[in-house]
Amino acid sequence: MVAEAAHANAIESRAWAALREVRDPELPFLSVVDLGLVRHVAADAAGGLEVGLAPTYSGCPATAMIRAEVAQGLRNAGFASARIVDVLAPPWSSDWLTDAARQALARHGIVPPVGAVHSPRELRGAGAGQEPIRCPRCDSTHTEELSRFGSTPCKALHRCADCLEPFEYFKCI
Amino acid sequence: MTAAAPPAAAGDSGAHFDYLLQLADTSLVLGQRLGEVVGHAPALEEELGLANIALDLIGQARLLLAYAGEHEGRGRDEDQLAMLRTPDEFRNLVLAEQPNGDFACTVVRQVLVDAWQLELYDALQGSRDAHLRAIAAKSRKETAYHFQYSSHWLVRLGDGTAESHARARRALEQLWPYTREMFDEQAADRELAERGIAPSAASLEAGWTTRIEGVLREATLALPPQVPYRWHGRRGIHSEHLGYLLAEMQVLQRTYPGAQW
Repeated sequence: MVAEAAHANAIESRAWAALREVRDPELPFLSVVDLGLVRHVAADAAGGLEVGLAPTYSGCPATAMIRAEVAQGLRNAGFASARIVDVLAPPWSSDWLTDAARQALARHGIVPPVGAVHSPRELRGAGAGQEPIRCPRCDSTHTEELSRFGSTPCKALHRCADCLEPFEYFKCI
Repeated sequence: MTAAAPPAAAGDSGAHFDYLLQLADTSLVLGQRLGEVVGHAPALEEELGLANIALDLIGQARLLLAYAGEHEGRGRDEDQLAMLRTPDEFRNLVLAEQPNGDFACTVVRQVLVDAWQLELYDALQGSRDAHLRAIAAKSRKETAYHFQYSSHWLVRLGDGTAESHARARRALEQLWPYTREMFDEQAADRELAERGIAPSAASLEAGWTTRIEGVLREATLALPPQVPYRWHGRRGIHSEHLGYLLAEMQVLQRTYPGAQW
């Protein structure tokens, strides 16, 4: 029993390592693990592997692509028969982003979500009663929302009123 | 879609399937309508906004239709249910199929449906159907964002210029009669409410009204008077607009059945 459990753990660790190499198609500096999309990795006694993936937005066009890349990444790591299942509950939100993901977003000029979603009932509008969104270039808090929807479903477009540069904000949703 | 879904409960009269279609079809038809805005929106930001909302709605419809197909148990998947049903087999709110009209019309229709979906998805958090509960929780988050967008625009239009106010008022008066259908109690609703799967349609009205009254007050628009006539899209009785919408949406699968790309 103990040996079997250790074996399953080793397989799961190898699968996690492979998944950390799978990049998001729209934010290629983030892995699917950084984004909080991988909900579970479970090896069974028969040598099978199941990976639970949380879709981001219902309408995200990248969902099918992410799934295909996860399957490819697992195949490359020797898990040709891994099963990928959708995990809807609890729903994905920007709270699932890891700290490493938030730092990587900031490094790439995309402001990470400000605050937390916590409960779906507590959704707040950007800029409404929350901490200010800081310009990633000049750190000014004097910023405004240009468009609630941006180049991808996860981002909104903002502008700095001091340095006048537009920038992207990863929605807190 | 491979989301694990439980098999249909024994003794299901078809009400569960019918109910899932109602939710799915309202999202699908409204998503298709919003897709028509692409290339025609008044500004790039609104085009992005409306197209993104359309994608979310179609994504929600896919999850619901896939689940409905499993409940039906006749092997129909989400694509077959979306692309190969006739207008009288659609169960969407008649409000969702109304044409985009001017921007005020598009915004008012969106506010009215978003507020209803918010109440619905909240109430479904108490459903005994775990998969429906999961779809609702996910959709609820997205719908809240849609409602922020649509209600913000209604306030800007209503509390804007004389022209935008007049257009918002006209749109509201034109679309208001279609809202009564949301709270019309059907046999299927009663059955599912008794089984703890869905809220009764009428139970959503108080919350919806509070939400809409709040937005209208801020938009300096008056609540239109109640009208006795009710539409019955949820029973498959539609306005003439749905046929044209489906003809466009389904043309490829109707012309080349089973086509894939």
